[in-house]
This record gives sequence, structure tokens and C-alpha cells, in this order.
Amino acid sequence: MNVRDSRATSALLYLDGVHVSFDGFHAINNLSLTLAPGEMRAIIGPNGAGKTTMMDIITGKTKPDEGEVLFDGVTDLTRLDETRIAELGIGRKFQKPTVFESQTIEDNLLLALNVDHRVKGTLFWRETRAESERIEKVLETIRLTDARDRLAGSLSHGQKQWLEIGMLLAQDPKLLLVDEPVAGMTDVETHQTAELLKEINREKTIMVVEHDMTFVRELGVKVSCLHEGTVLAEGTIDQVSSNERVIEVYLGR
Amino acid sequence: MPHVLTRSLDRSATVFLLVVAAVGVLIPLSNLLLPEGSLFQVPTYLMSLFGKYVCYAILALSIDLIWGYCGILSLGHGAFFALGGYAMGMYLMRQIGSRGVYGNPILPDFMVFLNYPKLPWYWYGFDMLWFAALMVLLVPGLLAFCFGWLAFRSRVTGVYLSIITQAMTYALLLAFFRNDFGFGGNNGLTDFKDILGFNVQAESTRAALFALSCLALIVGFLLCRAVVTSKLGKVLIAIRDAESRTRFLGYRVESYKLFVFTLSACMAGVAGALYVPQVGIINPGEFAPGNSIEAVIWVAVGGRGTLIGAALGAVVVNYAKTVFTSGPLAPYWLFMLGALFILVTLLLPKGIVGTFNAWWEPWKAQRLSANAESAAREDGVSEPKMAE
Repeated sequence: MNVRDSRATSALLYLDGVHVSFDGFHAINNLSLTLAPGEMRAIIGPNGAGKTTMMDIITGKTKPDEGEVLFDGVTDLTRLDETRIAELGIGRKFQKPTVFESQTIEDNLLLALNVDHRVKGTLFWRETRAESERIEKVLETIRLTDARDRLAGSLSHGQKQWLEIGMLLAQDPKLLLVDEPVAGMTDVETHQTAELLKEINREKTIMVVEHDMTFVRELGVKVSCLHEGTVLAEGTIDQVSSNERVIEVYLGR
Repeated sequence: MPHVLTRSLDRSATVFLLVVAAVGVLIPLSNLLLPEGSLFQVPTYLMSLFGKYVCYAILALSIDLIWGYCGILSLGHGAFFALGGYAMGMYLMRQIGSRGVYGNPILPDFMVFLNYPKLPWYWYGFDMLWFAALMVLLVPGLLAFCFGWLAFRSRVTGVYLSIITQAMTYALLLAFFRNDFGFGGNNGLTDFKDILGFNVQAESTRAALFALSCLALIVGFLLCRAVVTSKLGKVLIAIRDAESRTRFLGYRVESYKLFVFTLSACMAGVAGALYVPQVGIINPGEFAPGNSIEAVIWVAVGGRGTLIGAALGAVVVNYAKTVFTSGPLAPYWLFMLGALFILVTLLLPKGIVGTFNAWWEPWKAQRLSANAESAAREDGVSEPKMAE
């Protein structure tokens, strides 16, 4: 029903003419954006530019009033709910690190694994070797192997950010939406996170929302600048940051 | 299934089950075998009183399963308890037969009194215990399923859900109060004679009912433990702590809530069914919103999310209720209950068992991992680094 007969686009993610308004406030205004498979894209923009709302639309939390949102060229995301979209292979890291604080790090990753998510499957679940190996691998990648039995709530802010990225990895999605991954991180951690994202990008498509320009520069990828719910400029970080309208928006007029 | 058992039974769970089993065996034996008046003989009235507490403990378990582990605060769980009780009460009514005041072999007394021409269709089958037992599970389960399907699918959560559950039990209270509803109006169902041919008043029957209640508590506890220690239990806690995050991981939150809510309602129904023959009456008062709120207080006092605490809280608070409502302090019981709830919320937010665990577990862990600790200190809190 919500799958088209033929691919409408070769893009992995395709947004066209999307509008959303909340009580008359136009959060997203004629937004069009495409992400090619394997691409990493950085999204910048001042507060209230609609970055998080855009992620809400892609992940099914918010339904657009108008416009097309296609995943993999065939699936209309506007008709699906969060659960279905997650199952399709779109993972999301939130702006505020959201991990399951009262559970261990290992359990957080176990919950994130893209295995049977139905009630019956989890009730009669037994850990398989393949699953524990995957968890092991993710723990290593995010350097939390020795902290595996600690409660996620006891982690530092930076570690929580990493755990959440680890959860994304365990989820093994096709597309990762990463909202402000380096907020509250030290310079060293920021650098490590950029390296980690580049590493992940070898296999996966990523969309990163970030304010930290040093970080965006370090990623060295195509940048889209959002303003008032629409794309203001697109290009390399140097092109975008020298764009007059972008400067105007950031500095205020 | 052995892995489910080993997973479910940690030390405190085993101790709890052994205590319940011992109580379930020793109290009936002492009641039946020891001479009356002996120091260790438990009088029948006391055994029935304890039996009532055990039923309340099962109800508390069912509330803890959804509230403590999944964050669903039901303020209407007394409704499922009462429905289970009514199903059992209907069986007991039909067992009276022609021994009623009006001597009608089919119609219970209240129906004769209210000029019912014949037995209403929904009383059919209740002359058989197996059918009634099925209804004890089915009626609360079905109501919970329909209610939950509507509420969880529409993403009604938090205080709004609590208010709707409260409205549900109140609506049932009003319905069951009506004489033409067919369940005995405000008098409810009472004057029970026998169950499976045994006199409900007889000591041996009461002893058997007590033992059965303890068995039901054991089975209910094991069931809850099996659920909360499975991966499903981890998902429930995830839903409790961060519902929308769980959705974004690809879990269908409403299915999980529906499963656990329905299971919990069935458990509450069983508790009600065991309660009715032991107290000898079921009336619409059991649907009173206050009852459901009281049950939530038991869980809060004992410690939510601990299961053992819920059962313990039910017994402790009800014992206090029995003590205080029979003395000169009787008029002040509700004030005491309210004060207890406020004090527990302020001073022991984790309840009795939760506070004990918070105090005991770090101490135990410290003692056990004295050598493992140094290694953890070096690596466990190190900065995350890029894996090569």
C-alpha cells in the first residue's frame, strides 16, 4: 500500500515540498532534501530552523501536512509509525542522550539489536552466540567493554552519547540520523566522535545535525544549512559558511 | 523451560517462595491437627484473615507487574479483582440450589425476590466450577484487553490513563449496584453453602482454600518473575523509562503494554476468585475506586518494581488495617493510611524492599568484588576511544 511499484528516485532519503505547521507556526516550509546511498550529510542551522522537526518527520514522530518523504525510493514514510520506520532501517540518536538509565550498558545494546521485536519473541528469547558477538563488537567500538555491567545512568555525558551511538550500531540501520552527537563533549571526545562517524559512514548513510562548526569541518562532508524550515544553502562547509544569506541568518540582520 | 526457572529464581525469590510455601502448609496443618486452644493452633478466623491477605498479595503482584515494571499506573485494578470475585460468587450461588430461603432449585434468592422469570443467559454454565474458573480468567482478561487496546493504541499514558481506569471501575460499581443488572444489586452475592460439595464454612475447606491461595501466590510470583527476567522484562523497563525511545528502536510499545496489562488483569481476577469463598461475600463495594487506590498504596509501601515488596506491602498494610480498625483508633484509619502513603513517598520512595535493596546490594557487591574492583576502576570509567 505504501510501497511504490517502481523506484521514484535513486536517493536513499528523499524529501520534497514538505510542510509542517504547529498552531500556525511554520516549522517546516517547502523543505526539499535528498540523501544518496552511502552519503554523510551535515545539517546546520540556527535554533528553531527545523532540524529536529525534520528528524521527527523522517522517523514518523510528526506527520507532515504536505509533501513527500520517501525512503529507498519506494517507501512512503509519512504513512508509517515510529516502530515500522525503525524496522525499515532508520535509526535515530537524540539530541539529549536517551539511554535506558536503569539498565546495564549490555542490556541497552541488547535491546537495540535488530532482532525479533514482537512480544512472543522477546518473552521466549534466549541469547544466541551471534547476538553476543555483535554486542561484544559494538562494546569494543564504543570502548565500553569493561563497563558493560554498569548501569547506563552512571555513565558520563560523553559516554552516554557514545552508548547511544553504540545502540544505533546494534540496530544496524541503513540510515542513521544523529542529532547533536558532540554536545557536551570535550575536544578530544569530539575528535574521536568525528572519526567514529567517518568509520561508520563506510557502510552506512548518515545525517548529522550539529552546531559545532569545528566538528562539521572535521567531518568534511556536504553541508545543508536550514533556516525557517527550508534549505538555505548547500555545499561544502567553506561554500556554505561564506554564503551571504547564511552569515546574515547566523549573525542576525 | 529450565532456563526460565534458573533465570527467575535468584536468592531472594527462592527465599520468598519457600516462606510462602511454608506458610501455606504449616498454617492449615496447625489449624487442623493441633488441639483447639493450643499455643500454636491458628484459629480458623485468623486463617481466613490471612487467606484474605494472601489474595491481596496476589492483587498487589499484578499491580506491581504493570506499574513497577511498565509504568502503567492503574487506579482501577480492583475492578478486575471484583470481576474474578463475581465469577466465583456466581458459581457459589448456583451451588446453593434449593437450600435458599425461597427454595428455588435454579434461581438464586435475589432473582426470586426480584421476580426474575428465568435464569438470565449470562448465568448459564456457572453451575460448573471449570466454567466459572475459566470466566475468572476470561472476563477480567477480556475487559483489560479491550480497554487496553483502545487506550494504548491511542497512546493514552500517565495520569490520563490512571483517570480512565478509575472511571472504568466506577462505571462498573454503578452498574453492579443496579438490581436489574442481574448480579444481586447492592447486596451482591452471599450466603454461600458449598464449593465442589464441601461446606465453605468447614475448617478443612477453609484450610484448603488458604493453601490454594498460597499456591496461587507462588504460581503468580513465578509467572511475574519469568516475565520480568525475560528480554520482554527488559523491554517493559525500557518502556517505563523512555517510551518513545523504545518505539524508535522498533518495538511496538502498545503490544507490550497490552500483553502485560491483560496478564495482570487475569492475575487480579484469580485473586478475587480466591478471596470470595474465604470472606463469604462479594458486593459492588469491591469496585469502589478507593479499594483500587489502597491496593496501589500497598505496592508503594512495599516497594514497586520488586514483586516481593508488593506482596509484603499488601500483607503489612492490611495487617495494620486489621489492628487499627478494630481498636479505639478505628475512626482514624484512613488518616493513618493517607499519612503512611505521604511518608513513604517522601522518606522511602523505593518502598520497604527497594530501600533495603539499595542499602544491601552495594554492600554485598563491594564485599564480593573486592579484587575485581581494581580492574574495573582502571578500565571501566576510561574515556571512550576510537576502536582501530
